[in-house]
Amino acid sequence: MIGALLTSPPLASIGGALEFIFTPQDSSVTGGKQVGGFDQVVELTLSQLELTLLALGLSLLVALPISLYLGHRGTGELFAVVLGNVGRAIPELALIAFMAAAIGVGVLNLTIALAVLGIPPILANTFVGIHQVDRATVDAARGMGMTEFEILRKVEIPLAIPTLFAGLRGATIAIVATATIAPLAGVESLGDFILGENVYGSNGVLAGAIVVALLALALEFAFAALQRLLTSPGLKLRSA
Amino acid sequence: MADPSLVAAVGEVGGDFFKERTSETLPCQATDALFCWDWAKDNLDRYGTPTVQHVELVVISVVLGFAIAFGLALLAHRRRWLQPPLLAATGALYTIPSIAFFFLLLPITGRGRDTAIIALSAYTLQIIYRNTVIGLANVPRSVKEAARGMGLTERQVLWKVEVPLARPEIFAGLQIATVSTVAIATLAVFAGGGGLGAPIKAGIDFKTNIIIAGGIAILMAIAFGLALLAAQRLWTPWKRAETA
Repeated sequence: MIGALLTSPPLASIGGALEFIFTPQDSSVTGGKQVGGFDQVVELTLSQLELTLLALGLSLLVALPISLYLGHRGTGELFAVVLGNVGRAIPELALIAFMAAAIGVGVLNLTIALAVLGIPPILANTFVGIHQVDRATVDAARGMGMTEFEILRKVEIPLAIPTLFAGLRGATIAIVATATIAPLAGVESLGDFILGENVYGSNGVLAGAIVVALLALALEFAFAALQRLLTSPGLKLRSA
Repeated sequence: MADPSLVAAVGEVGGDFFKERTSETLPCQATDALFCWDWAKDNLDRYGTPTVQHVELVVISVVLGFAIAFGLALLAHRRRWLQPPLLAATGALYTIPSIAFFFLLLPITGRGRDTAIIALSAYTLQIIYRNTVIGLANVPRSVKEAARGMGLTERQVLWKVEVPLARPEIFAGLQIATVSTVAIATLAVFAGGGGLGAPIKAGIDFKTNIIIAGGIAILMAIAFGLALLAAQRLWTPWKRAETA
């Protein structure tokens, strides 16, 4: 036993991490049960993705109606800007730890905590995007007989897509990053690998970090592609 | 003298951070209160070292990130073809979650503050780089032409005209990067980098502790934000003239 404690753990390697991702490994503490491997990596990736999308959905549900309304009315600029700035100052670790300690662990509480990180960037950017649409354009739409809702849906939102997506992508980055420490709130995610070196070994930690980074990049690419798809052809011409 | 078994139990909860005076955390943790003023008053001094470490992490990371991003932006300002690849590269660094970045660096740089600083400064590159490029691009062509007409060299145009006029955007980028870094530096503890994440991680189920450490982090972010705002006003006197 003492000998095992004295020998330092083997340093992680890319090869070892890749092996961990694709084939289950022996662990020193699970009593013969193998850890890692493709199935568990996929399971935890999906768990983190689900958590991220849930929190993102909740953020949108809260932030979009408020910011679209305020942006269209052109009121509440101070509120939106201050909230956007304050949101950046929220320390992720303290937020998750406080949520877990004061309110309780579990998927619902964690989703709310993650949405707290996602709401400010979405709200601030959506407000700015809608608010900065040329007033002359909006007046022209009104003159054509559009209702206020049509103006928002057919004129303001399409013109604000780039700014809107900047907020959405910022929120996604913050949420998927913080979902990594979900195990601290008793919820499974790829953070299990990263924070569980005694179970998964140093290769498991590195494997977790690699998969988290790939997941974040994949989400960023997906939203960038979605943004391109939703940007009206006219706007693309203007930026080219 | 407290029961030794109780002290041991609390020691496990608190970890290293609560090794001293552990018996004092017990009454507070047991009451289920959201915030224990008495404990906070007696133990506030424990947060001194983590706070100083946190400030160091933020300042070093942002200064390093600023030096790199500003240099890259000046380069891209001259060589336009560099702009898309640099934007993509800094964007990728911004996208990779800091906590994953810490552990990706571990096999190369080991545990410690250096690892945390590398990851934190990588995170700041995108915002500072993009804002500096936008700021330099926003300088009106006519102003640059006037400067050249007055006989300024290209180097003088850059340092005496373009960079000063880009200061509002540069400061805005610096402010966003600094405030975000204060928040994210709470995760540096996972890289062995210390900071305010250390007490949070050590006493993760002790609410008073989380509120104090998290509160210090938020106040620090606000203080940095306001300081940079003041610096921006000081360094862009013409903006004050406009709004006045």
